[in-house]
Amino acid sequence: MKKNYYLMSDGMLKRRENTVYFVNKDGKKPIPINKIYSIYAYGSLTFSSQAIHLLAKEGIPVHFFNYYGYYDGSFYPREKLLSGDLIINQAEHYLDHEKRIFIAKKFVEGAAKNMEKVLKYYHLENQISTILPELDGCNIITEVMNVEGRIRADYYRKMNEILPENFNFDKRVKRPPENMINALISFGNSMVYSTVLSEIYNTQLNPTISYLHEPSERRFSLALDLSEIFKPILVDRLIFYLVNKRMLSEDDFEKDLNYCLLNDRGRKIFIKEYDERLKKTIKHRELNRKVSYKRLIRLESYKLIKHLLGSKEYKPFVMWW
Amino acid sequence: MLSDSEKNLRIIGTQIHYYFICKTKLWLFSHHIQMEQESDLVSLGKLLHEKSYKEEKEYTIDNLISIDFIKKQGCLELHEVKKSRKMKKSHEYQLLYYMYYLKQKKGIENIKGVINYPKIRKKITIDLDESKEKELMDVIADIGNILDMDTPKPQRMKICRKCAYFEFCWV
Ligand code: SF4
Repeated sequence: MKKNYYLMSDGMLKRRENTVYFVNKDGKKPIPINKIYSIYAYGSLTFSSQAIHLLAKEGIPVHFFNYYGYYDGSFYPREKLLSGDLIINQAEHYLDHEKRIFIAKKFVEGAAKNMEKVLKYYHLENQISTILPELDGCNIITEVMNVEGRIRADYYRKMNEILPENFNFDKRVKRPPENMINALISFGNSMVYSTVLSEIYNTQLNPTISYLHEPSERRFSLALDLSEIFKPILVDRLIFYLVNKRMLSEDDFEKDLNYCLLNDRGRKIFIKEYDERLKKTIKHRELNRKVSYKRLIRLESYKLIKHLLGSKEYKPFVMWW
Repeated sequence: MLSDSEKNLRIIGTQIHYYFICKTKLWLFSHHIQMEQESDLVSLGKLLHEKSYKEEKEYTIDNLISIDFIKKQGCLELHEVKKSRKMKKSHEYQLLYYMYYLKQKKGIENIKGVINYPKIRKKITIDLDESKEKELMDVIADIGNILDMDTPKPQRMKICRKCAYFEFCWV
């Protein structure tokens, strides 16, 4: 089975025949090409052009993160799966206002219901199901975004009740995150974004045409859209797990007056557990087959393709456990 | 490398095959919604397929037609060996298509097609006469019609479990 490779230190990717080597100060580590699904680079990474040729040929995306652990960009190889019909439909669903807002609402609905599930697991009362119906009355994207924002605010307020006191936070602050929880959310969200992007790459969907977010917001804005659904499941639950189990403590952060970031050790712990989660399987109800959390993202892309082709209306994924 | 027209012909061969096994598969494949070949199951299937090709298939013409064996007895006989008659129609029309191709492209008029079922000791002989040619054209036209319409609703069949579109169809 192919794996995600997380490169935590500075180094270089070189190629000899069908093997890529990661070379850093500790030596040379071989990575057979047919074992790589995606690469996540957290240190500064250089490539030999031979290595990049091979990654391109094999269709392996590389995601880059900067010194602070923020997503910087991706090497998104030339798409190998293209469908003209699908791209036309994808664009049409963007241009047609009714169609666009339908999909945008579905993404918000999926995200909100998954947030609700997260809180329910901790038996926390919340306003999500009262705010969510307001989506019905929304006619423009900014209104949809507004509803989403209010749900999220309620959700983040409730998060404090799950967290130990030293991890509490007032509000979501993105850049730079000024406390530990914001640091974890930012770090995790950018991982989910990259994971989603890798899944989209392996379908015929065009990642630049999106519905909830504006296509101009980021180059691969469709990955932003789909990430919404998976962030509560993959990131938020992981944060509670790591913090409440004391697998992460204040020592795993680097703090300054203006910002707070995961340090090296903290990142390693987070990434390891994140990857474990991606691999974890559940029995899928409709397919009656075991699928991994990572595969759930792919299935979400398939559902979107089916919606765009007009063969089945899209229903966002909501945790059922 | 295959030229564009050869690729096209290869695609028509595959489409004819899918036409008889599943219309959804035909539609998705033809609209370039193809599934990546990454799951272990799929790649194993591919490997076996390639291997069996190497061991059994004796004749390949224009990278398109793979025939188990060929006999020449006054006319050209294309022989296919099949295990069961489960996909009889698909076999028959694919063979018809090969014959049609050889006739059009290579000007070979006198061709016979034979499907051998050694297990049940049966043989079917196919002649590309006018009526068969017409039937083949009807199938190709019907494929065109299906592709012009919306995605056909998937129908649950035994083969779904092993189909590369399984997750796509049933999620
Ligand atoms: S899963 Fe079944 S219905 Fe879908 S394409 Fe394959 S054979 Fe056809």
